[in-house]
Amino acid sequence: MAKTVSQIILDASKVDKVGVEERVARIQTRSVKGTSKVQGLKMALNMIDLTTLEGKDTQGKVRQMCYKAHHLHDSIPDLPAVAAVCVYPSMVKFAKKELRNTSVKVASVSTAFPSGQAPLEVKILDTKFAVDQGADEIDMVISRGKFLQGEFQFVYDEIAQIKEACGKARLKVILETGELTTLDNVRLASDIAIHAGADFIKTSTGKIQPAATMQVTYTMLMAIQDYFAETGIMIGMKPAGGISTSKLALHNLLMVKEVLGDEWLTNQWFRFGASSLANDVLMQLIKCESGIYASPDYVSID
Amino acid sequence: MKRIEILKTYKIYIGGQFPRTESGRYYTVNNSEGKAHANVCLCSRKDVRNAVVAARKAQGAWAERSAFNRGQILYRIAEMFEGRKIQFIDELTQQGQTKKAAQAEVNMAIERLVYYAGWCDKYNQILSSVNPVSSSHFNFSSCEPMGVVGIIPDQQSPLLGLISLLAPVIAGGNTAIVLASVDYPLCAVTFAEVLHASDVPGGVVNILTGALQETAPTLSSHMDVNALVTSNLGNEVNTPLQVAAVDNLKRYFDYKQDWNNSSAQGLHFIGDLQEIKTTWHPIEQIGGATSSY
Amino acid sequence: MNKKEKWPLSPSLESTQHASIKKQYSLFIDGEWVKPSSGVYFPSINPADESHLASIAHANEKDVHLAVQAARKAFPLWSKLPASERAKYIFRIARIMQEKARELAVIETLDGGKPIRESRDIDVPLACNHFFYYAGWADKLAYAFPNRTVEPLGVAAQIIPWNFPLLMAAWKIAPALATGNTVVLKPAESTSLTALKLAEIIEEAGLPKGVVNIITGFGDTGAAMVNHPDVNKIAFTGSTHVGKIIQKAIAGSSKKATLELGGKSANIIFDDAPIDQAVEGIVNGIFFNQGHVCCAGSRLFVQENVAEKVIRKLKLRLKSLYVGNPLDKNTDIGAINSKEQLETIESYIAIGKKEGAEIYQPTCNIPKKGYYCPPTLFINVAQSHRIVQEEIFGPVLTIQTFRTVDEVIQKANNTPYGLAAGVWTDKGSRIFNLTTKLKAGVVWANTYNKFDPTSPFGGYKESGYGREGGVHGLSAYVKLS
Repeated sequence: MAKTVSQIILDASKVDKVGVEERVARIQTRSVKGTSKVQGLKMALNMIDLTTLEGKDTQGKVRQMCYKAHHLHDSIPDLPAVAAVCVYPSMVKFAKKELRNTSVKVASVSTAFPSGQAPLEVKILDTKFAVDQGADEIDMVISRGKFLQGEFQFVYDEIAQIKEACGKARLKVILETGELTTLDNVRLASDIAIHAGADFIKTSTGKIQPAATMQVTYTMLMAIQDYFAETGIMIGMKPAGGISTSKLALHNLLMVKEVLGDEWLTNQWFRFGASSLANDVLMQLIKCESGIYASPDYVSID
Repeated sequence: MKRIEILKTYKIYIGGQFPRTESGRYYTVNNSEGKAHANVCLCSRKDVRNAVVAARKAQGAWAERSAFNRGQILYRIAEMFEGRKIQFIDELTQQGQTKKAAQAEVNMAIERLVYYAGWCDKYNQILSSVNPVSSSHFNFSSCEPMGVVGIIPDQQSPLLGLISLLAPVIAGGNTAIVLASVDYPLCAVTFAEVLHASDVPGGVVNILTGALQETAPTLSSHMDVNALVTSNLGNEVNTPLQVAAVDNLKRYFDYKQDWNNSSAQGLHFIGDLQEIKTTWHPIEQIGGATSSY
Repeated sequence: MNKKEKWPLSPSLESTQHASIKKQYSLFIDGEWVKPSSGVYFPSINPADESHLASIAHANEKDVHLAVQAARKAFPLWSKLPASERAKYIFRIARIMQEKARELAVIETLDGGKPIRESRDIDVPLACNHFFYYAGWADKLAYAFPNRTVEPLGVAAQIIPWNFPLLMAAWKIAPALATGNTVVLKPAESTSLTALKLAEIIEEAGLPKGVVNIITGFGDTGAAMVNHPDVNKIAFTGSTHVGKIIQKAIAGSSKKATLELGGKSANIIFDDAPIDQAVEGIVNGIFFNQGHVCCAGSRLFVQENVAEKVIRKLKLRLKSLYVGNPLDKNTDIGAINSKEQLETIESYIAIGKKEGAEIYQPTCNIPKKGYYCPPTLFINVAQSHRIVQEEIFGPVLTIQTFRTVDEVIQKANNTPYGLAAGVWTDKGSRIFNLTTKLKAGVVWANTYNKFDPTSPFGGYKESGYGREGGVHGLSAYVKLS
């Protein structure tokens, strides 16, 4: 039996922000060295949703990004491809074509991304269009205004309807945590999204600061942990926006490992929404192999 | 024909009642002329035990009264005392003091009560602190009464010495068991009657008479007494009491003080019978990482 | 580390090359390093691998006398020094400690077995900050005690435990010096090294000879300090048992004492608490420093309707704790301080099992050599279990459930101790109800095991008396009139 929204609200854990900050700080003192660092960095690469979400996106830009997605740095052997590319609906068909015969999936934002300020019919159409174009994954945004107004049922229903519109595509629900302001809100929004049918919950659009802080991600991971304990169903997590360094990526992965466990350490259950992270990881990998610090001039920008 | 006086029975004060000692024993107190003046209860270990039970039972509610209310009650004691001055002066002179000295002692005792009445709702402000810790926490330290306090006053200062020790103890929310001066117990008992008429809840102050060698060791070793306050007993009496007090780590204070001195009062007499409790709680906004408005 | 782990963390050891430990340490008396009059030295052992770190002098009564004499001789000079000058010396100590912070942290970890993460991030910075805090008080004492005349007590004999060796030395020495006292300090026999490094720092800071004397040894050394007639003040942190012996020994004398003793602190979780942070609080409460913490939250009380959830989350959290080499930066639970302490803890675990409590320990790969104990939960215990009543001083948590506020206040206070308590609830008015009713010197609400130089610390009842830290910590070292 699905939970009612009022039950979800009642059950949502309270969050103490200072406690979360302390927990995160403790994870950030973890030291990842040697082989575990190389392993972690490669894992991170394989979890990236390489993203371009700009008004000025063109097929040219998308083509370059798609190539990079499965040719990250050819001079290092055995590098994985990224998990997916993430584009606007208008670019889905093209990206899909560029990535045929690769493992890289195509994710499309939808539901009047990034603001979500459109009628439900438009959002459904937006979603169906992207799916019809071949999107493997849909990244929707929740209605933050409605959430802050207390219209949780509306938020829930909207997610449930978009989920229906997704068909076989996996649904990532963006909470835009920077607009929710408190961790209590982040937790409640996570619970609503999960119960309404999200396959993944995602922090941010990348258009609002702050985005994927570790405190926010930790709070969302806890919602996933609780849902798994209650139902045995795994939900994926995608921090997006602001994760641009290898160190931060490794700490995020460690957090996943400690909060959720090894099962989540695959790109089926964890993603980074990022545009510049890949190159920093590559530079770190180069350094790990050679022992010499790298320069950004030696990794390609796309 | 000379009127036959009504003689007073001096009883003890436990839990707001005036029982005789459970042991049924007495000792005789003489007046200044060496004549038998009164029969006073010779308390036993069991009386001490009963007094501690009464004091413990009363302690929580006394501590939780508002500080303002405790101040009112202490002031009320002074008021009632004022009305019975003549009786106290009479008892002190019966016990050998000059009338002038007795008057002075009674006046100072009343003033001391008023002094501590005024402290009730202030000492915590002076003794507390907000502590600027480095982390994102609100941290403050404030006073809490130690609990049940045993008092053995200066044996030579049966009224003022008693009140000087008792007033800061109860002003601070503690309850007390007082072992009255052995040789001069009369005004301690009369003071109990003043307390009884002053809205002091039963059990907050318990007053026993009798031999110290019998009652004091019981009080100092009692595991449900939190602190012991004595004055001018001398090392011979003090040291064994202090040793006995160690078993439950009673806080122990021995004041060497002339209580007739008008400066023999102060905040520290209250502070000595207070524990400092420090409380921490997170502050959500400082050092925010998720919303840097 | 678990072999089946998908992404195991490689060892990440803190370097020990920068930490200089002498082969042998003598006694620091009157500004000189003096050989013990008995000529006896004892070994200091690294509990993580049972290796020998250094030989430590065993001071006897004669050495104690020398140290007390030196402190007495230095007292007139030190106490009459302009207070602002005293402050400057203490500031100097703080600064040099900061400069040598990493070295001190490494030695603390080698000598005591605590994780480098803790000695580096908690013990050493707090110790430095303590000196900083009290340095500034030296010339401001009149503000701390308005309307009173403030004088130092004289010679302070200070005896400290093995759980926070450097931090406890700072807690003791800093306020004593700031108020103008001179000091004879004895660290615990199993953890003397950082106190001896502190002696070197005090030497480097140029303090007048004899102001701080640091002597090493066992219980007999401590007893000689307590019983020395020319000592004015005893400051002791350690077991309630020894605290009582000290208090009896000085009964009838004019010696002042402060005692920081044992505890069996309650950590209380209500159903509306921020549960995940509460679970962290439980972990910090009992597994911080292997549970060798007098204020450890060793008695957990969980409201019955969330008990299952809290225990599930706690078990899960234990799986992500690393037990092992204290020098590894990722280690959460290091080595038990000594073989004796490990035996004590193990005997309590055996008692708990015998008492029929349900035990949980995560599987962890414990090093073959050294003294280690996995984090341990005892679930479904009762107030009458010995493991609930007695201080274990190890990573062992007992878990009880409760139904109502009144019930839990009663049970939390139902102990001879009164050092600390934790309360977890989202409801402010309930926090204040509990924090006023719990008989404990420190109450952590929605947090646990937090320390700060400005924050007074110390217990009610058999947890000792006097406060250390903050303005209240000054009282222990002054004579007021």
